Amino acid sequence: MHKDLVRLARSERAVRRHLALCLAAAVLAGLLILIQAELLAGVLSGRFATPALILLALVVGVRALFTLVQGIAAGHATTGVKSVLRHRLLSRLQEVGPTRPASQRSGELVTLTGRGLDALDPYLSGYLPAIAVAGVVPIAVLVRLFTADLASAVIVLVTLPLIPIFGALVGMHTKAVTERQWRALSRLGGHFLDVVRGLPTLRAFGRARFQAEVIRQVSDAHRSATMRTLRVAFLSSLVLELAASLSLALVAVPVGLRLLSGSLDLSTALLVLLLAPEAYLPLRNMGNKFHAAMEGVAAADEAFAVLDGRASPSLRDATSGANAGGTRGTDGAGANVSTAGVPGVSTGTGTTGVPNTSVAGAPDTAGVPDTGAAGAPDRGRDAGAAPEIRLENVTVRYPDREETALDDVSLVIAPGERVALVGESGAGKSTLLHLLLGFVAPASGRVLIDGVELTDHLSWRDRLAFVPQRPHLFAASVADNIRLGAPDATIEEVRAAAKAAHADEFVTTLPEGYDTVLGERGANLSAGQRQRVALARAFCRPAARLLLLDEPTARLDGRSEGAVMTATRDLAEGRTAVIVAHRPAMIDLADRVIRIADGRVVSDQPAGPRAGRAAYSGRDLTGVSTRKTEEAS
Amino acid sequence: MTGGGVSTRKTRETLVNRMGGRLALAAAAGAAAELAGLGLIGSAAWLITRAAEQPPLAALSVAIVGVRAFATTKGVFRYGERLSGHEVALRAQATTRERLYQALIPAGPLNHRGADLLSRMVDDTDAVQDLLVRCLLPATAALVTGVAAVVVGLFLLPVAALVLLAGLLVAGVLVPAGAAGAARRWSARIAPARADLAARVADLVHGSADLAAYGANDRALAAAAEADARLAALERRQARANAVASGLGMFTQGLTVAAIVWVAQNAGTGSVAIAVLALTSLVAFEPVLPMAAAAERLTGVLAALRRLREVRATPPAVTEPATPASVPEGPPTVEIEHLVVRHSADRAPALNGVSLTLTPGRRVALVGPSGAGKSTLLSALMRLVEPESGTIRVSGVDITELAADDTRRVMTGLTQDPYVFQASVKDNLRLAGPEATGEELAEAVRRARLERWVERTGWDAVLGEDGRTVSGGQLQRLALARALLNDPPVLLLDEPAEALDETAADALMADLLDATHGHTTLLVTHRLRGLEQVDEIVVLENGSVVQRGTHEELVGSPGYYRDLWRSEALTAGR
Repeated sequence: MHKDLVRLARSERAVRRHLALCLAAAVLAGLLILIQAELLAGVLSGRFATPALILLALVVGVRALFTLVQGIAAGHATTGVKSVLRHRLLSRLQEVGPTRPASQRSGELVTLTGRGLDALDPYLSGYLPAIAVAGVVPIAVLVRLFTADLASAVIVLVTLPLIPIFGALVGMHTKAVTERQWRALSRLGGHFLDVVRGLPTLRAFGRARFQAEVIRQVSDAHRSATMRTLRVAFLSSLVLELAASLSLALVAVPVGLRLLSGSLDLSTALLVLLLAPEAYLPLRNMGNKFHAAMEGVAAADEAFAVLDGRASPSLRDATSGANAGGTRGTDGAGANVSTAGVPGVSTGTGTTGVPNTSVAGAPDTAGVPDTGAAGAPDRGRDAGAAPEIRLENVTVRYPDREETALDDVSLVIAPGERVALVGESGAGKSTLLHLLLGFVAPASGRVLIDGVELTDHLSWRDRLAFVPQRPHLFAASVADNIRLGAPDATIEEVRAAAKAAHADEFVTTLPEGYDTVLGERGANLSAGQRQRVALARAFCRPAARLLLLDEPTARLDGRSEGAVMTATRDLAEGRTAVIVAHRPAMIDLADRVIRIADGRVVSDQPAGPRAGRAAYSGRDLTGVSTRKTEEAS
Repeated sequence: MTGGGVSTRKTRETLVNRMGGRLALAAAAGAAAELAGLGLIGSAAWLITRAAEQPPLAALSVAIVGVRAFATTKGVFRYGERLSGHEVALRAQATTRERLYQALIPAGPLNHRGADLLSRMVDDTDAVQDLLVRCLLPATAALVTGVAAVVVGLFLLPVAALVLLAGLLVAGVLVPAGAAGAARRWSARIAPARADLAARVADLVHGSADLAAYGANDRALAAAAEADARLAALERRQARANAVASGLGMFTQGLTVAAIVWVAQNAGTGSVAIAVLALTSLVAFEPVLPMAAAAERLTGVLAALRRLREVRATPPAVTEPATPASVPEGPPTVEIEHLVVRHSADRAPALNGVSLTLTPGRRVALVGPSGAGKSTLLSALMRLVEPESGTIRVSGVDITELAADDTRRVMTGLTQDPYVFQASVKDNLRLAGPEATGEELAEAVRRARLERWVERTGWDAVLGEDGRTVSGGQLQRLALARALLNDPPVLLLDEPAEALDETAADALMADLLDATHGHTTLLVTHRLRGLEQVDEIVVLENGSVVQRGTHEELVGSPGYYRDLWRSEALTAGR
């Protein structure tokens, strides 16, 4: 039995009750077989009169009822266990936060939490009751046989253990082979899926037809290998079957002979004949359900590995850090300073909404700062000042990596300042963002927000807006995707945010406009459109005073980039902004450029005049940074 | 082509015949095992009740031999059934997969082949196994056993046989039919609930950064919990339906046996016959009772098979000519004239009258905003989509007269969404050039700027899902190396520098423009740097050519190209 699973079933009251009911009903239904056999033998031998048949029907009815109860309770227990596990897995993932180690593949987690847990069904609703029945019923049958006919009881008692013994012997012999075979089987499925997925590539190089031959060969080879194993593996069921039916013969023939000599009465003889197979049946049932159950065990193992953080030891450490950070205090910076002065607050100028409807990125406008730079649409609640952020000797370590991600970094970001973080990939730029987001906790050093140590990440995050490199679009309407950080935003506010992010223009062309459902199974947006939805999310949070952007134009073509750039500039208006950038135009948005290499700040200098005032400043800056890169390499 | 078709049909027929033989064998073994079980209990019952009448020993000897024989053969038959059944099932699954694959080889409609759909399709091929092992073979055995038990009953007491028949029909037909109906009803509701839950879970996992940053974790968790609760409620009701089915089956079994005994005793039948009747009836239900679960599974199996049939019935995107023309010799000239391609009837054409000529050695770049139809043009050239009107000719031959595979032998290269197979680095490259020497492989890798990575990873390292993960940039370069290794007469390159960082992309493009010098090439790109080297630049917008000319000409005249060039120059700081 699966220890963790049983512990989980015990700890949840509803699950425990249903599981207990399910097992009890199964065992009771099994025990009723004894009464049924007794009655049938009695009627057939003439010991009981015909009306006893009514009693027999009644017993059968009760047995059926128990079976019904068992099935219903099993349904409750399995769905209960799955819901609990699902909830724990998902909560666990939220605790760990977005900086999940690469060892946990997202796709696998999704599958495990969804369909993967369904593998528990046969284990909980089939295998566990079978174990319970196998533990009780054969013993009860044996006891009854002993009281009825010693000789037959001894035969059953001697042959009964043969089933588990032979089962174990054959099983031991074939276990490794069978397991290898099951793995091969899933690999074969994997191979086929792989080929089907890669079909466009195969087609492009004229290899599609050739692969059909490969598929045939692989499955032929696989089939003969599987059959070789099965020949041995099915021996165990042959042994089970033989033991059961031969024991019946072993019991029936001597009983017949003793009846002949008159040393046994018919009623007992029939009872023995009816009961003897029932001693073996539960064990065979258990064996039959074993394989399906093992898949459930595998699924449970996987789930508990994720829950315990065994899948990657790093998980636990990362979480404990984050947890400690989260629980240390709720008197975080957010509450203390929210009423401070409002220096750079953009209250939405006359041009709130759309600065220009023409596709931005036309060179004449891309570089020139919009005079009517529209800030966030004013929703009347953006109180609070842009915060000052101070890092004091911060070191960040990812548990699954040796080198430090950030190494003794100290810096101060003044309120309203626009900082570009530059550096090679892996230098620590994203880690710095994640630190400010509270996704990672410093191993040493402090993060101070307006002089107060950052501990309450939740209320801190209320004050910021984040545009990741690859924003996720949720399986919800465009509007709900935009109001992710402001669930109470009205559709007008959503629209205004979308306009400010240059998203309105393509959203209105979608089949159902702002009600179009996005996500995997929903409408497909291009990378640039996704990025603009993410920017609209940020615009939809006018109260946010800190803007964190992670290479928002990394994957965009020229025109999309222009639109995103213009929107970003508008968004940064009146806010502290930290932008991980690698395109010069993005860097040009900043007042200050911080270069990071190997987790350390290697240069920190003010940017020249604001970007785009003169296109030349961009060239200068690029010149500097290229030289820097060369030095670094 | 046609000859091949006939021969595959023939092999398929013999395959089906051979499969039929194996299937009959497995069914016979299964039925024999059940009949042996029936014989065992029948002869044992006869032996005991007859012995109680204390006849001479010789009268019992046949029954004693019968009991022993049935006891021994039952296990052996069962073993045979399981082995042959699994063999047939594995063969059937392999055949199904092969047929599915054959059906997928010609390019299909675009929206048909999402990753999710594909994995479900592959799961569906497992359904064939279940159809045989869990539905068809047990049903045959149950039928044979039921008929045998009823026949035995007819000899002993016809009324009892009728009662048995009625009971077997209820347990073996009525209850399974009800179970199947319930399963159909519930699965129609469970499937969308499951998909909904999966979407919520995917959102929580893939969107965790967005959720955390915007404090929307709890809302998303609650939404997932709600979806889970909805699914759980449906699953519980389905479990209840199944429990009702198995309870009903069990009740029918007991009631039938009781009724038979009652009928027989009232008819004054002898105790030997009654015992044989009662016990064989009891055992006759054993293979029949699982039919409810089998019927439930059958609804899923049938749905899967229906989906597979639909996939197979989907007409390919392009029609192959009955007698394909042969590919013209020599370096090909590709002429595209007034090409119109529409992805679906209710949408605007993706390409709307595009004309373009690629003479040998000429290099043409295709630029334009995303969605302009650049990739569609490449698909049309590769015979992956059927044009609505217009022609594409290779050295004067319309490509609709060529076999699609032959067309792709002339024009192919780096396509959108290249794929990494679960195979070694070498094999992943070799598929584009099966006869390539080690040197040619190394050369392609070098030209795709992948050699450092290959050195680090090793030629034999396994890539793909279970192997090493490949970053977007590496994947792109791997795909480029494939295209260069394949070295088709007309090289098509769809965004070769996509997913690379700025410097790497510039270097790669420079290399590529160097390497393809004098090689007929059609290059789709959104990076304009280096395009002064190509012979012609075609600007596509909304499916139409809006500008064409050399780099100098286009930069000199107002329009998309100059806008893009200036904006790129600005962002790149040139």
